[in-house]
Amino acid sequence: MKKIEILFKKDTRSGFGEGLLEAGRQNPQIVALCADLTGSLKMDAFKNEFPDRFIQTGIAEANMIGIAAGLSIGGKIPFAGTFANFATARVYDQIRQSVAYSDKNVKICASHAGITLGEDGATHQILEDIGLMKMLPHMTVINTCDFYQTKAATIAVAKHKGPVYLRFGRPAVPNFTQENQKFEIGKGIVVNEGTDVSIFATGHLVWKSIEAAYMLADKGISAEIINIHTIKPLDNNLVISSVKKTKCAVVAEEHNIYGGLGESIAGLLAGNFPTPIEFIGVKDEFGQSGKPDELMTLYGLDAHNIANAAEVVMKRK
Amino acid sequence: MSFKELEKISTQVRRDILRMVHAVNSGHPGGSLGCTDLIVALYFKVLRRQKTFQMDGHNEDVFFLSNGHISPLWYSVLARSGYFEISELATFRKLKTRLQGHPSTDKGLPGVRVASGSLGQGLSVAIGKAMAKKYNNDNHLVYCLTGDGELQEGQVWEAAMFAAAKNIDNIVAVVDYNRQQIDGPVDEVLSLGNLKAKWEAFGWKTLEMEGNNMQEVVETLELVKSQHIQKGKPVVILMKTEMGYGVDYMMGTHEWHGKAPNDELLEKALAQLDETIGDY
Repeated sequence: MKKIEILFKKDTRSGFGEGLLEAGRQNPQIVALCADLTGSLKMDAFKNEFPDRFIQTGIAEANMIGIAAGLSIGGKIPFAGTFANFATARVYDQIRQSVAYSDKNVKICASHAGITLGEDGATHQILEDIGLMKMLPHMTVINTCDFYQTKAATIAVAKHKGPVYLRFGRPAVPNFTQENQKFEIGKGIVVNEGTDVSIFATGHLVWKSIEAAYMLADKGISAEIINIHTIKPLDNNLVISSVKKTKCAVVAEEHNIYGGLGESIAGLLAGNFPTPIEFIGVKDEFGQSGKPDELMTLYGLDAHNIANAAEVVMKRK
Repeated sequence: MSFKELEKISTQVRRDILRMVHAVNSGHPGGSLGCTDLIVALYFKVLRRQKTFQMDGHNEDVFFLSNGHISPLWYSVLARSGYFEISELATFRKLKTRLQGHPSTDKGLPGVRVASGSLGQGLSVAIGKAMAKKYNNDNHLVYCLTGDGELQEGQVWEAAMFAAAKNIDNIVAVVDYNRQQIDGPVDEVLSLGNLKAKWEAFGWKTLEMEGNNMQEVVETLELVKSQHIQKGKPVVILMKTEMGYGVDYMMGTHEWHGKAPNDELLEKALAQLDETIGDY
């Protein structure tokens, strides 16, 4: 297996902050909203450079989503940011009616997604947001894997017309993708070509899957690693073509196994190319307090578990 | 346009509302009839509108209906003010219609800029649109109608707090203060308390008007335009209306909030409203 280099470690939310600033420089129609979490979302740089285009809504997420919808009617491109829980579950009906059903060009930007939010515990660790968002017609759902990819994705969604849910996280994680990469919404990325098992991963689990692939390579197993940054629309062709080669799959995500990427891939394959699949995700539980890495291990979202799942699923071929 | 002419249109719109809900035996006539004079006044007199509908609403006044269930009223007025053919009113609530039970943009009906129906969201959207107008140096206004029962939704007060704090002074909210909601009188379901004091405490310039008096409606809206907008504060008008106004048996009760009249009662209602400018 080819060596994939870690360039540095950094949080994905910082990638969002840099991407937002860059997008704001490119297009004066971009405005940003935040519900009292500007520092956490790394939106300060945008706020400082474009104070007139930054809207502080206070702790009132429902109103923030409505205002974003209204701004889009005036030709603005609003980026509304808060923690993933407050960006989705708290305001689901506002997103459903005023954004998705009304097909507004609103970008919902969600940080601190999943259990890697860490010590704050389950009230803030949403593991259901991908499911909530992907069920909405018109909605595009993106979950990026590292700093550079999040930056590229933020710039790309600014150019995309229509509602987008952009999900990223809190902790510093390995950055292994390239600066100034091309980000194509709806296109998966083959990180490593393999022949024995397909590992589809999204968000923080992409790096964990690469680590798993090294372990598998040591045992002579050739794992194909595919970074699915866009959960909806899913890159159907890439998923199907990969499993046609490997005949089995593991899906890894920092999300409830219900409603996440695993379910999307299972549904796709059940209808097109029935394939054994193992699911790495949180097994229908709420999270809890702890350090991000401790939690990832506790809930089985680590390289060892992904590698084990790959060996298990290969036996089910 | 004279008050007499506006009243003639109101009478016709009320006929439209009753015929539309009767035809599909569903919909919300009560609030629609109560707010008819306001919506007619807005579209035929007050709003500075572009001839054709554009989603972005640049360089024109823009109206949002937050209490989307009074859609038959809005559809009738939109058709009769030229956004689409009045014959399309006959498709209200029928399969594949652009005139959905609650307003939506999904099927491309001219005049509608955001879906509404799930209550409490329209004022936030209107505020966003008002801010966009400020960004775009567009001096036109944004109007938003909400129900009074709708004010039980918390989001309305998030929006109210925001608009005053951020000096959004190019928005005019109107509350349909008919004191009725589905389950009964608002005071019994969940009292709004001193509503005028609440809006004032939230920092809004607060006016009151009789919503079923065309002259008063027009004069109040013109007064707001000339005196109260762009003065640093958002403006709200508490509009006292009678649910079911214009049909004797529908007034003074919440019973006709979301119920259509049968054949006999439709005839009885239409007998009270002259066909002034022609049924659709």
